[in-house]
Amino acid sequence: MMKASTHIFEKGVFIEDTATIVGPKEKAGPVGKYFDKHFDDDILGQPSYEKAEIKMHVSLIKYLMNKTKHDPKDVDLCISGDLLDEIMGTSLTMREFDIPFLGAYNACATFAECLITGAMFLTTGKFKRIICSTSSHFSTAERQYRFPLELGNQRTPLAQWTVTGAGGTMLNNTGGKVRLTSCTIGQVVDYGVKDANDMGACMAPAAKTTLSKHLRELGVSPDYYDLILTGDLGEAGSRLLKRLMSEEGIPLGDNYNDCGVLIFNRVAQDVGQGGSGAACSSTVFNGYVYKKMLSGEFKRVLLVPTGALCSKTSILQGESIPGIAHAVSFEVV
Amino acid sequence: MEIFLTYLKVFAVGGAFCLVGQILINTTKITSARILVGYLLGGVLLETVGVFKYIRNFAKAGATVPIIGFGSSLAKGAIEGTLENGLLGAVTGGIEAVSAGIAAVIFIAFIVGLLAKSKTK
Amino acid sequence: MNAPNEKYLELVHGKMPKSKHIATMFRAFWTGGTICAIGQAFTDLYSSLPYDLPEDDVSALTTITLILITAILTGFGVYDKIGAYAGAGSIVPITGFANSVVSSAIEHKREGVVLGLCANMFSVAGPVIVFGISSSIVVGIIVLIFKGAFI
Repeated sequence: MMKASTHIFEKGVFIEDTATIVGPKEKAGPVGKYFDKHFDDDILGQPSYEKAEIKMHVSLIKYLMNKTKHDPKDVDLCISGDLLDEIMGTSLTMREFDIPFLGAYNACATFAECLITGAMFLTTGKFKRIICSTSSHFSTAERQYRFPLELGNQRTPLAQWTVTGAGGTMLNNTGGKVRLTSCTIGQVVDYGVKDANDMGACMAPAAKTTLSKHLRELGVSPDYYDLILTGDLGEAGSRLLKRLMSEEGIPLGDNYNDCGVLIFNRVAQDVGQGGSGAACSSTVFNGYVYKKMLSGEFKRVLLVPTGALCSKTSILQGESIPGIAHAVSFEVV
Repeated sequence: MEIFLTYLKVFAVGGAFCLVGQILINTTKITSARILVGYLLGGVLLETVGVFKYIRNFAKAGATVPIIGFGSSLAKGAIEGTLENGLLGAVTGGIEAVSAGIAAVIFIAFIVGLLAKSKTK
Repeated sequence: MNAPNEKYLELVHGKMPKSKHIATMFRAFWTGGTICAIGQAFTDLYSSLPYDLPEDDVSALTTITLILITAILTGFGVYDKIGAYAGAGSIVPITGFANSVVSSAIEHKREGVVLGLCANMFSVAGPVIVFGISSSIVVGIIVLIFKGAFI
């Protein structure tokens, strides 16, 4: 008997509103028009890319509060994260706000972790309004995980492109147009992939584990959802996931997609297998998916952000790269 | 005509070294630092066994511009230094031979590093 | 639970998109060859100067010139674009070594001149210096032992 990892939110957890800010490359991508704000220069007039990412995250949270007409005192908690060491970007972002803060890190699955934690807090009834947000920046991730920007080397065909952007969701327990219905907390899954350039292959088994658990424990088939969206498996990783799911006996249909595949035009924008990063799922969900849910195109959506839990040190020491995925389901009220 | 032939040899041999490097990148997903180290050690080895001078005479810059030529200079310097000055020459010979390149790279990188800003791709 | 899954690793390996061998090899060949030809041009230029420079000086000057050109191209953000096109064609020549030093220096400037720029200048190219100098000393010692073979 497996212990259940899926929780159903009996008491209402609603999305009050969402906000997204992206860089020029994301704006030029296929879902560019769904993002709220964008900037043309990804350093934002700051002296460093880290500072640019912080500025982006700060303006995202400010914008989200403006949009929902709330003061910081109306927000009970902020659960946020990013990819930088010790989630430094988010920590520095939060010194701008008088809001209680919980830092989250699950690599590119951070956004799901934020949503799940936030939703759990709301179900206690002691919290009324929680902001969940993540940010990432191509230039800060590139130097942290790979090489200096000006180093003349080729990107491998399996590499993915870190999304420059920030996405945030305002959750509350009073009412909204979209409701969080359930979540499945994933576990760390490691099939032994060691190639740090092949993130899709690292994360696909984790996505499979969480996704199949979610569907089994709720007793639904993939068709139940209008859209099943993984975080940033990329093109090759998505194919691997489809294959793994078929082997599980739960083949995925046309309602399956991946944020990393959606956000960029893979060939024309030369991004390898697609987008990645903590902001990949948060911008695509809060921009594209949320707006499509409001317009009624999607009624039920399952978001499965995926993360590759590696650090530069663990890779150099020859460790394989474990993956993690959490699932959160949404329904139009 | 002769100058054309020289440049053809330079181009072909230099290009061939890079082509082999590209095959290594494509098939083994090796990083650029490892490529550089591998070529460098190859140059040291070829110079030590006395093969590199034939390649150098044939291909000129086609052999010296790739990092393999840097390795050969190191080994050549070490060999000459040892024959002249014994143990001390063995220690100083290699770095003496490439001192101009290393000093230049450090100084120029320092200056450019101070002046330039990194740009997003 | 989390033992390596051989079947999956095989699947991943098999489904890996292949690099475009012919195209990348051709690009590496012609750019690498061109960089060497440029080096030869500088060698010829310096040899033809009226100062009658010895061969070693000419080759040192050529190296310095190539390093300088690379550093400027790296500083202006051009070399990484050449590198994305050429692959090994711009890594294997001495210019690739210079690029890896200069790019690290630029990248880490924001953490300060001493602890950032200077301390990290060789974060990519350091192994080249370490292996290069160490191996030259090993060669020197070998020569010392088998002197006869090298005279």
